[in-house]
Amino acid sequence: MDTAKKEHQLIVSVSPHIKSEETTSRIMWSVNAALLPATVMGAYFFGPRAVFILVISIIASVLSEYIFQKSLNRKVSVNDGSAFLTGLLLGMNLPPSVPFYIPIIGSFVAVVITKQLFGGLGFNVFNPALIGRAFLLISFPKLMTIWKEPTAAFIQFDAKTTATPLGILKEEGVAKLMEVFGDNISLYTQLFVGHRAGSIGETSSIALLIGAAFLLYRGYISWHIPVSFLGTAALIAWIFGTKGALFTGDPIVHLFSGGMLLGAFFMATDYVTCPSVKKGQILFGIGCGFLTMLIRLKGGYPEGVMFAILIMNCFSPIIDRGFKTKVFGAKKETKESKK
Amino acid sequence: MSSEFTKLFELIVSASLINNFVFTRFLGLCIFFGVSKKMETAAGMSITFTAVMMISAAFSWVIFNYVMVPLDITFLKIIVFIGVVAGIVQASDTIMRKVAPGLYYKLGIYLALISTNCIILAVPLVNAGEHYNFIESLAFGFGSGIGFALALVIMASIREKIELADVPAPFRGLPMAFVITGLIALAFTGFSGLITL
Repeated sequence: MDTAKKEHQLIVSVSPHIKSEETTSRIMWSVNAALLPATVMGAYFFGPRAVFILVISIIASVLSEYIFQKSLNRKVSVNDGSAFLTGLLLGMNLPPSVPFYIPIIGSFVAVVITKQLFGGLGFNVFNPALIGRAFLLISFPKLMTIWKEPTAAFIQFDAKTTATPLGILKEEGVAKLMEVFGDNISLYTQLFVGHRAGSIGETSSIALLIGAAFLLYRGYISWHIPVSFLGTAALIAWIFGTKGALFTGDPIVHLFSGGMLLGAFFMATDYVTCPSVKKGQILFGIGCGFLTMLIRLKGGYPEGVMFAILIMNCFSPIIDRGFKTKVFGAKKETKESKK
Repeated sequence: MSSEFTKLFELIVSASLINNFVFTRFLGLCIFFGVSKKMETAAGMSITFTAVMMISAAFSWVIFNYVMVPLDITFLKIIVFIGVVAGIVQASDTIMRKVAPGLYYKLGIYLALISTNCIILAVPLVNAGEHYNFIESLAFGFGSGIGFALALVIMASIREKIELADVPAPFRGLPMAFVITGLIALAFTGFSGLITL
């Protein structure tokens, strides 16, 4: 067939006719790229061990997906980057001192039980990385709560153990937190840069914000969930943050500590497990923020982001149902039409 | 006065979320898995269950405190409570057949199964064991009912969502429901330590 003829050929195809460059794998790899700054900062603060944990976690995730799909004769979809993302997020959510078998167990639970058993990407009800972490926290509570002090020198092998800012806040109150970090300004800068104890990827607020800005700019995440999530949490922290006195809490400490930013921008916004209607997403974000602060201020755990997102994941099918958009031209069901 | 209200509120929240019977004590699973396939039956069952729960909590409290304690036959409480619950379920069965026949046929065998549900027996037993007063017993029954309703509705929405999913053949249906329940229970452990009664 000559080219001139081919150019004038009319293409007949069924709908949809939308053409877009965006594919699942492109979005997934972009999110991976957006997490890069936070990963680098984590590696810088927590040293080679943290890098090993991240690598093991990623390899274990990708391998479990590959083996599962191969053994069930399914199409192997490890190239779309979702298993890589799960592994990376799980690794970033682990303390830098865990033994190396921990990320392997977590990756298996995350990829096989939470994602593949439900039918693969697109059907999972819960965020895989968070279920992996919740499973590890409950199965190995001691190992999962040993926090290392950041060293800021890449090669330093004996790091001190210490408590996370939220742990201090929970156990000993604001006064102790100020004592550890000096004054307000130094506390905020340390939280902002990420020089604090915590999970590998959650400490550096600035790096996470850079990644989030990239995702927002590209339109891969919308503002609805992060804004409602962080807004609700900040409001509650401001009103109820200090015991015994209203409206005197410090929202900045709560927003920039723990996994708040990582959760709000990278995990609550997971396309599959959050509601797909915008109004529903706002409700989802408010729920996440409320539950996070409820657990932080009143609950048994110092950090509540993970459980808050998981609990709201349970509700997202119901939220989607409640905000179902009206089908064009559909009539409201009346008693007569039902009969 | 306000502290009493706080106590009641805490009882309801604790029974429905923190110590949710399905997700933290794994009781009442037969009905839970039986009727959570469709949202419609799940919602119907939730309402019936909560109502039956409160009525049976009230009746068994009266019988326990005014008949069994004076006669010193509290060791018979399991048998007596089963009898009370069975009677109430039979009554609600008859009422529902007249009032909502459609729902009655959808719930089918599970309505009768309420009488052998673990939660509905556990609530009077906990009430008796913790020496709750009448209002507290009602609140505990209400909270447990709401908790069970919440579990049913969540479960039904998730099961309807994954109905079309490509679940591996050995896991289709009930096994997947167990996996989902486990994962929800994992999420609900976040509530632990919130209220200690």
